[in-house]
Amino acid sequence: MTDTMLTSQTNCFHCGEVCGKETIMVNEKKFCCEGCKQVYLLLNENNLCVYYDFEKNPGIRAKGKFVSERFAYLDDKSITEKVVQFSNESQTNVTFSLPQMHCSSCIFLLENLHRINHGIIKSQTNFQRKEVFIIFNPQNISLRKVVELLAFIGYEPNINLGSAIIKKKINFNRQQIYKIGVAGFCFANIMMMSFPEYFSSGKIEQAGLKETFTWLNLALSLPVLFFSASGFFISAWKGLQQKFLNIDAPIALAILVTYSRSYYEIIGGHGAGYLDSGTGVVFFMLIGRWFQDKTYESFSFDRDYRSYFPLGVTIINNSIEKNIPVTQLKKADRIVIRNEEMIPADSILMKGNANIDYSFVSGENTAVQKNKGELIYAGGKQIGSAIELQVAGEVSQSYITQLWNNDIFKNEKNEEKSFIHPWSRYFTLALFTVAAVTLIFWWVEDPTKILPAVSAVLIVACPCSLLLSSTFTYGNMLRIFGKNKMYLKNANVIEALSKINTIVFDKTGTITQNNDSQISYEGSPLTERELIALKSAAKQSSHPLSKIVASSLLVDEEKIIAVEEFKEYTGKGLEALVNGVNIKIGSASFFNRSDPALAPFGNGTQVNVMMNDVYMGKFNVSNQYRDGIKKLIKSLQKNNFDLWLLSGDNNSEKENLSKIFGNTSNLKFEQSPQQKLDFIKKLQDNKKTVLMLGDGLNDAGALMQSNVGVAVSDNTSRFSPACDAILDGNNAAMLDKFLAFAKSGKRIVAASFVLSILYNIVGLSFAVQGILSPMVAAILMPASSITIILLVTLLSSVSASFKGL
Amino acid sequence: MSVFFLLISISILVAGGFLAAFLVSVRSGQYDDDYTPSVRMLFDDTKPSDPSSAPENLTKIKS
Repeated sequence: MTDTMLTSQTNCFHCGEVCGKETIMVNEKKFCCEGCKQVYLLLNENNLCVYYDFEKNPGIRAKGKFVSERFAYLDDKSITEKVVQFSNESQTNVTFSLPQMHCSSCIFLLENLHRINHGIIKSQTNFQRKEVFIIFNPQNISLRKVVELLAFIGYEPNINLGSAIIKKKINFNRQQIYKIGVAGFCFANIMMMSFPEYFSSGKIEQAGLKETFTWLNLALSLPVLFFSASGFFISAWKGLQQKFLNIDAPIALAILVTYSRSYYEIIGGHGAGYLDSGTGVVFFMLIGRWFQDKTYESFSFDRDYRSYFPLGVTIINNSIEKNIPVTQLKKADRIVIRNEEMIPADSILMKGNANIDYSFVSGENTAVQKNKGELIYAGGKQIGSAIELQVAGEVSQSYITQLWNNDIFKNEKNEEKSFIHPWSRYFTLALFTVAAVTLIFWWVEDPTKILPAVSAVLIVACPCSLLLSSTFTYGNMLRIFGKNKMYLKNANVIEALSKINTIVFDKTGTITQNNDSQISYEGSPLTERELIALKSAAKQSSHPLSKIVASSLLVDEEKIIAVEEFKEYTGKGLEALVNGVNIKIGSASFFNRSDPALAPFGNGTQVNVMMNDVYMGKFNVSNQYRDGIKKLIKSLQKNNFDLWLLSGDNNSEKENLSKIFGNTSNLKFEQSPQQKLDFIKKLQDNKKTVLMLGDGLNDAGALMQSNVGVAVSDNTSRFSPACDAILDGNNAAMLDKFLAFAKSGKRIVAASFVLSILYNIVGLSFAVQGILSPMVAAILMPASSITIILLVTLLSSVSASFKGL
Repeated sequence: MSVFFLLISISILVAGGFLAAFLVSVRSGQYDDDYTPSVRMLFDDTKPSDPSSAPENLTKIKS
């Protein structure tokens, strides 16, 4: 018995993945595949091998053969115009989004593209946004060639029509920084010029000096009011137009009162006003906003199905091939789909060997064979030789896009129903009561003090510290979640997470692993002929184990042969005749023999192989469930979460799953996407707050319907449909910790509310007496803001380390 | 004490100059990406001008 696969644990020099049987040696370096070797040779040739110095095995696995025809659509002018940002005869500028970018080596390689191809003039990366900006000379290299080069070295760009949006985003970011800069400048200078006022308690001897200070303050406050604070007014106004008091409304009101009273005082010569506090508040609020935006800058949650679909497609008209934009695709068009290309619309197979990978749609990684005349749904990827299809419906009418067009996608959720809102409503109510009481009191006592006292109440009691506390608590929590590879759409998701009491799991790709790295073969070596026969047989069954075995065998899809006398024994194994060889694959019980080799050992599952009644060996499928899932389920059950499993698969895994879940009543199999959606709706009708953990576009409806939809993905940068959060597959087992952490967030915000109310009481006690001096306001307001920011940041970080994040 | 007026105007001018410099730097894109430049800096020393240095470089990585 030899265990060739178990001992050869070498890692590819390029991509770091474990090398299989086909280890390729070049320059004493091992490569897992031809693709990786080619990339290495290209880099070596161009003296770019320092690429391997910055990080260990930095490469991205070059997936199989490279088919250049895939990007043929980029030769079409109407498409390139949409992709590039600027173009003239000698220079073309284009920005690509490259989700694969992951380390400093990537930056190095992508910024040295000009050394590989001299047609590229300059390339510059933005790591945080995972973008590369390329300037090339269209005389020397075409857009298509640039994209092909990128794809060849492992960074296939996400090409979509959204490229124009990138520029807008940059401008928006800059606008925000300008506002902060201006507010900071004005705030600091106003502070400085208010110092004499504070220390002389309003009695400055020098003639004209006091007026100079106050009028300068007024001048300095104007840019803050009209430029820096404009965002708050616009947002508050928009809210009011829709008859909705949003979170910016009280801020806008407070700013308005502060400024009008200050201007009244300064212009009338009564005093110095509260411009120092007024500008300070704007400055701090803007920093809070910026911090919040920064946290989820690199994730785009707003994509819809269109971002995933190809831009162009090849059609055949009278045996002439032509590339057209996918939007112009019409019913009954003949299209050609090549290896690795995605099918843009539901179509009927006309010619060729269709082997469709629906992993994008269903999360299932195994390709499905289709016969001539069969309908192929949009979203599938062809693996193998080119096929010809006839379009059966327009892109917008395909099965997936219909799912996307379900009404629930049109409803925004988690918007503006935060628990902070009732708080701020009580706060506003209490504030107006205090103001009213103050008014009545001074009406009776001393009417001259009505205006100063009431406006002081409104100034000092602005709800800013309330808002800052949630902004910074949730901002810091988003950062901590992100560090643990759970990326939330926005701060409201944290609150929604804290209310969850029911969790629905999808099976494939969520609690099971998508990749097949966990399988190893042990036994007599198999010849290629035997491998082909084995794969052909294993492919016939839809049992997950059989699928895993089939996909682990490295045999070209074209070599698969027809199977005769196929028989499947449910829960045991299968038997088939391939090329005259009798093949039996199955569990130990299937063979009914007391061979010691058949005895299962360790944890995991064994799949035994027998050919012509000779025992060949076994596949150890060590753990097809994600690490720690069992522990996670236990922990969630202990915390009284209601757990459900919805699987699109058949119930062949029921036994294993019931071991994990402890019962079978909450397991549901053969669920269609619509059924999943309806099921979650039903749970919600029963007053449950549901978290759905799923992947694949077909879960999109259910993810959207649930209170919190979490997409589990092994490639977090690639996938984000309709979900509230993206969770890296490797960290799926930490879900219980995430939920506990989300709960603590609410307590932290509540604690900081108490603190800010204490500050408000101090401030108000001055204000109602009509003795709020600008100095007290200027000390109290920044002090409260800063202490609250520090407190919540500290508390949330401490809480995270307690929860093990 | 009228020197105050002079000092104040100078101080505002100086601070305004810094503000203008900041705005110009934002405009030129310096704040668009605050991570990549820190990595890019490290590559400046690693331009192998001599092709023969490449293999040597590679053997080093191997160990």
